[in-house]
Amino acid sequence: MTETPTLELRGINKSFGPVQVLHDVALSAYAGEVTALVGDNGAGKSTLVKCIGGIHPFDAGDYLFEGRPVQVHSPRDAAALGVEIVYQDLALCDNLDIVQNMFLGREKRRGMVLDDSTMEEMAAATLRGLSVRTVKSLRQKVSSLSGGQRQTVAIAKAVLWNSKLVVLDEPTAALGVAQTAQVLELVRRLADNGLAVVLISHNMNDVFAVSDRIAALYLGRMAAQVKASDVTHAQVVELITSGRSGDLGPRTTPNGAAA
Amino acid sequence: MTSALAPQKPERPNRPTDSVEGRPLTAGLADIGRGYLDQVRAGELGALPAVAGLVVLCVFFSLLRPVFLSNLNFANLLTQSAGSIAIAMGLVFVLLLGEIDLSAGYASGVCAAVLAILLTNHGWPWYAAVAAAMLTGAVIGLLIGTLVAKVGIPSFVVTLAAFLGFQGVVLILLKEGTNVSIKDPTVLAIANDNLSPALGWVLLACCVAGYAALQLRRSRDRRGRGLAGTPAALLAIRTGAVVVLGGAAVYLLNQERSRNIVIGSLTGVPVVVPVIGALVLLGTFTLQRTGFGLHIYAVGGSAEAARRAGINIVFIRTAAFVICSCLAAVGGIIAASRGNSVDPNTGGSNVLLLAVGSAVIGGTSLFGGRGRVVDAVLGGLVVAVIQNGMGLMGYSSGVKYAVTGSVLLVAAGVDAMSRRRTARR
Repeated sequence: MTETPTLELRGINKSFGPVQVLHDVALSAYAGEVTALVGDNGAGKSTLVKCIGGIHPFDAGDYLFEGRPVQVHSPRDAAALGVEIVYQDLALCDNLDIVQNMFLGREKRRGMVLDDSTMEEMAAATLRGLSVRTVKSLRQKVSSLSGGQRQTVAIAKAVLWNSKLVVLDEPTAALGVAQTAQVLELVRRLADNGLAVVLISHNMNDVFAVSDRIAALYLGRMAAQVKASDVTHAQVVELITSGRSGDLGPRTTPNGAAA
Repeated sequence: MTSALAPQKPERPNRPTDSVEGRPLTAGLADIGRGYLDQVRAGELGALPAVAGLVVLCVFFSLLRPVFLSNLNFANLLTQSAGSIAIAMGLVFVLLLGEIDLSAGYASGVCAAVLAILLTNHGWPWYAAVAAAMLTGAVIGLLIGTLVAKVGIPSFVVTLAAFLGFQGVVLILLKEGTNVSIKDPTVLAIANDNLSPALGWVLLACCVAGYAALQLRRSRDRRGRGLAGTPAALLAIRTGAVVVLGGAAVYLLNQERSRNIVIGSLTGVPVVVPVIGALVLLGTFTLQRTGFGLHIYAVGGSAEAARRAGINIVFIRTAAFVICSCLAAVGGIIAASRGNSVDPNTGGSNVLLLAVGSAVIGGTSLFGGRGRVVDAVLGGLVVAVIQNGMGLMGYSSGVKYAVTGSVLLVAAGVDAMSRRRTARR
């Protein structure tokens, strides 16, 4: 690969007490591409995401951002690099409006006073950039939005800050068919706008619909990272459930793994 | 319609009023009216029940007891309610976080006792004594806030303990229940004096001009950037309403209301009215226009979301309790001024419950995240009108309490039901 990945993780190990959750995991995410991170429950996807987001520190391994080794010890470090994570529960305040949620904790101010007009302008521009047309007014409260619209707001919040890498944790898990399609379209557009996107999903249809690469975690190890066009649905399912598929995946089972 | 079961409304992507598309909202009054109706239907009642209740109660009492409408009674109503409104305004900050401060009543009593003792027993000048009373309030708030936010004791328990504790502190300060009278003219003026009629008009004119200028500037700024501005007609209606209501109030209060002109003339806006007005402006500015205020709403709406956004939740919680107790101190000072003295009952008995009632009746949610400072004023007026009107009709205190309690229950019920309506679909 000649291109430098936006995010490159190498040899990541992470244990919680006696339980080793991640073994020697490598992951790359490229700008302009959607990298799907798949794996069964307990494979270590959420832990990996929290490590990327700076919530948990790695025990060992390299975190390279745009080719440079970096230290990420807190969510603030991650945000400073341009890494934004949209967690499954979205973390929105129902009683605030869309603009207020998008800027929460990073409000624009003019002296002591909030600069509402500038924030609304920036929010509108961001949503326009994502071609979001499903929101009636930016001043409506989040409590009045549908699940898909909430997801849209959470994603827009993540890209508002000139972020370079956006990690989406199961963005379509709670959505209906039409809204899932909308959100996937948005995910695709993020990548088309030049961001590196990591999409965590259980749904193979979603994964194949939008992703360029697929990384499959199996019991805390990276079973394979492949181009989506090179594999079939069935192969990915096999990678998720057994850690290997044909010539994909580790050729010999490493000592002590996956017995 | 229960929104939980309602089918998803079809989304209209290219609605003409789509500000996301960058087109300025050219919404007319009809659109705004419809938007408001939608909000009400969705359970965002806001101040509607309080305003409606206030109008109904006023009409009801004035038909049954014409004296209710007299100038003297109108002025009395305002001075009677001022102390409890100040405490209720403080409670709004705490209620917005979904917490409660049961000790605000006795905290106001402690601050009033500090004020009276320093003024009368130690001969301090009024400004020093008032400052000491406010400082007492701030320290009380810091103590409660730290116990709730940092130590993590539920606010209900902390403030229930403080409720009992401060009752004792007042008794100790006042040497087992003596009555300390206040003779300082400045402190007495707060709840007993009136502005000169001319000053009343000047103040109103300043308020109207300031209000109109702010609204106009904001609207211009938004329109200039292509954002949805408030239509000029609505600005005119709002400003007109301020002029009419304010003008009527100042006019009525400037009429002679002395029962016996020989003893003395009694005209003008009571001094407490601009005092409360200034607090409302300050509180509204803090909550609606500053980042701190926004963070209070955020913590009340979802503490977890606020924490992940990097908001210092411990600071926000502590600060809200400090503000609450400071405003309780203001309420205590007003009560001391109105009573010309402080005794162990100042801030006691029903003061706290009426203040909580005022905030909730005005539309502040007990579940946190929803409410405004002006709610406390509206709710406080409703409570005062009930107490005052029923008193005029000759009902006993027992009946007054029972009715006020029922109204509080109804308001809390409306709050709970509107919360169910706005609950996540």
